[in-house]
Amino acid sequence: MNHWIILPIVLPAVLAPFIIMVLRHHLDLQRIFSIAGTLALVAVTLGLMGSALGGDIQVYELGDWPAPFGIVLVLDRLSAMMIVLTALLGLAVLLHAIGSGWDKRGWHFHALFQFQLMGIMGAFLTGDAFNLFVFFEVLLIASYGLMIHGGGAVRLQAGVQYVGYNLLGSTMFLFALGILYNVTGTLNMADLAVRVADFPAQDTALLRIGAILLLLVFAIKAAVLPLHFWLPASYANAPAPVAALFAIMTKVGAYAILRMYTLVFGPDVAASAGLVTPWLMPAAVLTLAVGMIGILGSRQLARMVAFAAIGSMGTLLIAISMFTPEATTAALYYIIHSTFATALLFLIVDLVTERRGDQLKVNMPMPQSGLIACLFFAGAIAMAGMPPLSGFVGKLLVMNASWDSPLVLLIWATILVTSFIAIVGLARAGSILFWKPFDATLTLEAPEPSKPAILSFVACFALLAMLIALTVFAGPVLDYVGATSEQLFATQDYIDAVLNRDIP
Amino acid sequence: MSLFLIAALPFLGALLPGLLIRAGRDACAIVTGSVTLLALIGLGVNAPAVLRGEIVTARIDWIPGLGLNANFFLDGLGLLFAGMILGIGLLVIIYARYYLSRNDAMGRFYTFLLLFQGAMVGIVLSDNVLMLLVFWELTSLSSFLLIGYWNHLPEGRQGARMALAVTGAGGLALIGGMLMLGNIVGSYDLSVILESKDVIQSSPLYLPALILILLGCFTKSAQFPFHFWLPHAMAAPTPVSAYLHSATMVKAGLFLMARMWPVLSGTEAWFYIVATTGLITMVVGAVIALFKDDLKGLLAFSTVSHLGLITMLLGFGTPIAAVAAVFHIINHATFKAALFMTAGIIDHGAHTRDIKRLGGLRTLMPVTFVIATVASLSMAGIPPLNGFLSKEMMLEEAAHTVWAGSHWLLPVLACLGALFSAAYSFRYISHVFLGPKREDYPATPHDPGIGMWIAPGLLVVLAILIGLFPKTIVGTLVAIASGSVIGGDLPYYSLKLWHGVNPALIMSGIAVAGGLVLLWLHGSLDKLWNALPRPEAKRIFDIVISGLTTLARFFTERTHNGSFARYAAIFFVFVFGLGYYAYQSGTMVAADRTMLDASPVAIAGWVCLIVSTLCVVTFHRNRLLALVLIGVTGLIVSMSFNYLSAPDLALTQISVEAVTIILLLLALNLMPKETPVELRSGRKLRDAVLSIGGGLGVGALIYAMMMRDLVQPSISEFHIANSYSGGGGTNVVNVILVDFRGFDTFGEIIVLGIAAIVIYALTESILSTGIRGQLLNRKPDFPIAGDAHPMMMVVATRVMMPIALMVAAYIFFRGHNLPGGGFIAGLIAAIALIMQYMASGFSWASARQRFPYHGIIGAGVLVAALTGMGAWLNEMPFLTSAFSYVYLPGLHKFELATAALFDLGVFLAVFGAVLLALESLSRYAWQPDDATEHAMDINPARDTAVVEEGK
Repeated sequence: MNHWIILPIVLPAVLAPFIIMVLRHHLDLQRIFSIAGTLALVAVTLGLMGSALGGDIQVYELGDWPAPFGIVLVLDRLSAMMIVLTALLGLAVLLHAIGSGWDKRGWHFHALFQFQLMGIMGAFLTGDAFNLFVFFEVLLIASYGLMIHGGGAVRLQAGVQYVGYNLLGSTMFLFALGILYNVTGTLNMADLAVRVADFPAQDTALLRIGAILLLLVFAIKAAVLPLHFWLPASYANAPAPVAALFAIMTKVGAYAILRMYTLVFGPDVAASAGLVTPWLMPAAVLTLAVGMIGILGSRQLARMVAFAAIGSMGTLLIAISMFTPEATTAALYYIIHSTFATALLFLIVDLVTERRGDQLKVNMPMPQSGLIACLFFAGAIAMAGMPPLSGFVGKLLVMNASWDSPLVLLIWATILVTSFIAIVGLARAGSILFWKPFDATLTLEAPEPSKPAILSFVACFALLAMLIALTVFAGPVLDYVGATSEQLFATQDYIDAVLNRDIP
Repeated sequence: MSLFLIAALPFLGALLPGLLIRAGRDACAIVTGSVTLLALIGLGVNAPAVLRGEIVTARIDWIPGLGLNANFFLDGLGLLFAGMILGIGLLVIIYARYYLSRNDAMGRFYTFLLLFQGAMVGIVLSDNVLMLLVFWELTSLSSFLLIGYWNHLPEGRQGARMALAVTGAGGLALIGGMLMLGNIVGSYDLSVILESKDVIQSSPLYLPALILILLGCFTKSAQFPFHFWLPHAMAAPTPVSAYLHSATMVKAGLFLMARMWPVLSGTEAWFYIVATTGLITMVVGAVIALFKDDLKGLLAFSTVSHLGLITMLLGFGTPIAAVAAVFHIINHATFKAALFMTAGIIDHGAHTRDIKRLGGLRTLMPVTFVIATVASLSMAGIPPLNGFLSKEMMLEEAAHTVWAGSHWLLPVLACLGALFSAAYSFRYISHVFLGPKREDYPATPHDPGIGMWIAPGLLVVLAILIGLFPKTIVGTLVAIASGSVIGGDLPYYSLKLWHGVNPALIMSGIAVAGGLVLLWLHGSLDKLWNALPRPEAKRIFDIVISGLTTLARFFTERTHNGSFARYAAIFFVFVFGLGYYAYQSGTMVAADRTMLDASPVAIAGWVCLIVSTLCVVTFHRNRLLALVLIGVTGLIVSMSFNYLSAPDLALTQISVEAVTIILLLLALNLMPKETPVELRSGRKLRDAVLSIGGGLGVGALIYAMMMRDLVQPSISEFHIANSYSGGGGTNVVNVILVDFRGFDTFGEIIVLGIAAIVIYALTESILSTGIRGQLLNRKPDFPIAGDAHPMMMVVATRVMMPIALMVAAYIFFRGHNLPGGGFIAGLIAAIALIMQYMASGFSWASARQRFPYHGIIGAGVLVAALTGMGAWLNEMPFLTSAFSYVYLPGLHKFELATAALFDLGVFLAVFGAVLLALESLSRYAWQPDDATEHAMDINPARDTAVVEEGK
């Protein structure tokens, strides 16, 4: 019996209570165990990705109950990619949080961090719609804890909005699942796919309502306009390493959309025809526009990056909402890029904010200004989608894939114009942060020399290295995501694997 | 040397100067120069093959899925440009070594310069348009760094941002154009695209693609109306200006037009867009240049003008004009780079670049004077210098090109451009070097060391040699470069000084004579020019950008104003809208179930529910009352679960209700009695409409679901059938919770545990601030009862505690077969303890609490997880249950199941979580001084009595 699949969930799920029980008064031990656990996650997830490379879909039946009656975990190329992404990002963020000392500014950082990883891993691995809800709850409550870590009035207020808005989403998730269970009688995704495919054509209204509510739940997580309002304030006020980790949280929404709306409510399914693309595509275009405009319009650095995160979700969702294999390939590539780029920028925000505050106004020069400026320059290039980093490749892929879309003109124009806005905004911010402090007429005092937190810089450069690797090895990565998207659209394989049908 | 290496060398080498600056400025410069020299040698190795007419290629697949491959090729045009970039680059590196002062970070400078050089070489060697785009944008980025190199100067910062905005925007347009081109042709490889003239020109996308590509070229090459960024880029150190803004970056646009010439030119659109833009740019640039007082400003606009000239030649679309364009590219690079360097030398020596403060430098800076004069005369088009040759060719072409039916428009304007060009060139000589020596130079002007003048010196020697022996020096280069622009047979032309008296010579004569006249009239013209109102591009650009920023800020802050009520309202409207769309686009058959009769109990419950919710709405400002009413609602919901035959749900719901109400009461203790008035009536109406709409919508949805049978059989049938045989329990709800879907429960207890530790962490962080003091000193809305621990309550709760715990144990053990289970038991046990906290006080209760709640939560999750992992020993998946029946003497047969162990984990986690949350919330109001030793306030005077006794 191969138990590896469940390890990315069980490992943090055991580590976190252990930290709470035994290590809660020993920060150094917490750090050691947390890093060790996350390193193990990286190793395990990489191993799992290796086993998913060949295209086998592996199913793990919890409690030994066969699908659709029990809960299953499913490992295919997509989920493997997402858990590897989570583990790598988690490691970098953890290093930064330790290096910057964020983890000692409140209680239970490491326990919450591990629970957070567990929730994300579970959401990517599960093959059951209700179980997905459970993991959404785990990651929501853990993220709330992480978000308000360290306290402070503004952060707590933003936290209330965050959790409030997302509870609205959770409630709707329950509504959606209730409706879907009521009309199909099942919760297993593969089984749902089978039943929705033969759904009687004369009675689709309830199913359609359920399908659209579910999509809206995921759209909230993915910060699609106009359901993105929870994001700017919460990301901007969260501890920056936490905001960096949240780069993967929006991707959970994107992942869920990809999964459910290729497998269950795919583009060829009659019962749910016309529910997704007609509104999701324009909404994604708007998301991109509002996000990039926000970059130019922000007065604080963290808020600017939060809007950048929204913008990059917009680009990603444009690709997702086309639901063609080519566009999905682009989307999958862009998921990786957007996760690392957003996280990198948030970590840089932390470096800057700790030294000079969050306001985008001229302030005295900061220690290690040159090094941070290099990082910011690279991060901004990635985020704006300029060459030579992966954002450019991603942008080209998305534009290329939209060639056959009826909205191609709108998509191209939006992508190009918003890139321009982003360039102007990021150049302005960089000039204020890294150039103006040296203005001869302002005579700002030189910074106090300080010892840099090595681990924080290691984390930043590690993320940058990921972006560079993603660019240099774009060919092999595209091969992988191409195969992934092929597997996503070959839904029968997934169904056969989960429902244990003999493959003819 | 492989083309990869040539393109990669500057990038790889860019790391070196940044590091080697620690070894000294000379080491730094020598290394930088060596990198460039090495690349130049590499190019030279490939040159013979190219000169023979071969095309050197190097290909490697990078992203085949996108068609973005690292394909390079070297043809005549590439060789010409790469040679210029590397050759002039080398000279600029030498020049910069002596130009930069000790205060300038030379390592950084050379790093940026090499990055830029690599990007430029990349552009001219790319055989893939996407690859070309990569390098194209890299030049924008690296020039941004170079222009902003002196970041302590506002002009540098603004110039850099302006250049990035304009060329970056052009680059984005180019992306669009190139993608279109690739989609027309079906390949992004230049060698394929260049073969597909007919396909491209007959495509309906030809015009949009052309416009987008030209936007890229025009912005990069500073063509009107995008010319304004170039003069502001002059804030860069002079070596940068000499390199980027004369010889290389601005020529990238020309290069691309030349590169695409075989497939894009020859149409009317091409002619009118390109030639007209070039013509306007040439004239406008030349006119403005004449009135610039800043040496570099003059040169910048002269560059704009010359770039316009070359653009116009390319726009003509005739082979012979293309040859002239190529030739002028070479000539312009030689004299303009030299001129910029002399401007830098003058600035260095005299500490000013203002022409009005200069003059008479002839004797003070003789070497510079010679170099600058030769270069200027070449720019003016005076024989026998190289500028004359290509200008003749241009005028010749202009003389017989018809523009919109007019035979005279082009020649006249071209002649006018040449005339102004001659005038500002003469001005550069006469106003700077000629005239009387002055006494008021900011510093004593002097010639620099050889290190600074050797580079421009070499360039002017080249300018003279090309002028005298054009065929020998550059004949082959022009031929093969033009050959690759034209992409076919070369037209007849001859590079020589004397072509006899032809229209071009006459126009040239007019230009030179006119130039002299203009120079003579310059004083009065200058006054007139300064009196004229004219648009200041920088101001307009600043206004546009700051307007955009303000607009973006206004929009963003208006839409994201932080009002949760508004966000939620948008959410509801959007959800209803889409939900309704989904409904009306679907189909629905009539309901097939019949309504049941309403029993009196159900009606009573329904009325209670309605009344209590209406009361909540009415009295919501009174917090305590609202909480009580919410409690009523919760109880009725629990009862209706029971009524609808779901005892497990009812039990859970009732316990959850009890616990939440208690926790909320604790919170209310710290809050004012009433909520503030928050809503205006308009908002109230909006919210009322939304809530009623939402309620009706959800009601309709539930009605629709309950009125129809399942379309497909439910999986719950399997659960009911297998509950006893497979799960060992007769209570299917519990078996689902701990077995069929135990993994969900595992997740949910973790959610509870997280919630509790979050509450704890939150409390800790809040209590460590000043809030604690405020809470302790607050003035309560109500007078405090005075009897904190009523005796009756204390006694009652202590008596009830063992009973309540017994009930919890009972509920726990019967759970697998009858309503109950770990979750409910945990809540009941928690309530048993909460009662003690309430009745006997926080101090009393926590003094008797021996196991930390953190530990209990952790233990609960761990027990559940370890139970699940136990199945691994049995080679079964996580959470696989096992059970067997045990017979002990004197007892009934009973069941031992791993599910019970899992349920124990659930119990512990729930119990610990509820109590940790409670304990945390209690601490807000806990006043250490107030804590009485005794839980029961039998005799409040007791403590004082003891104290007095002790006295």
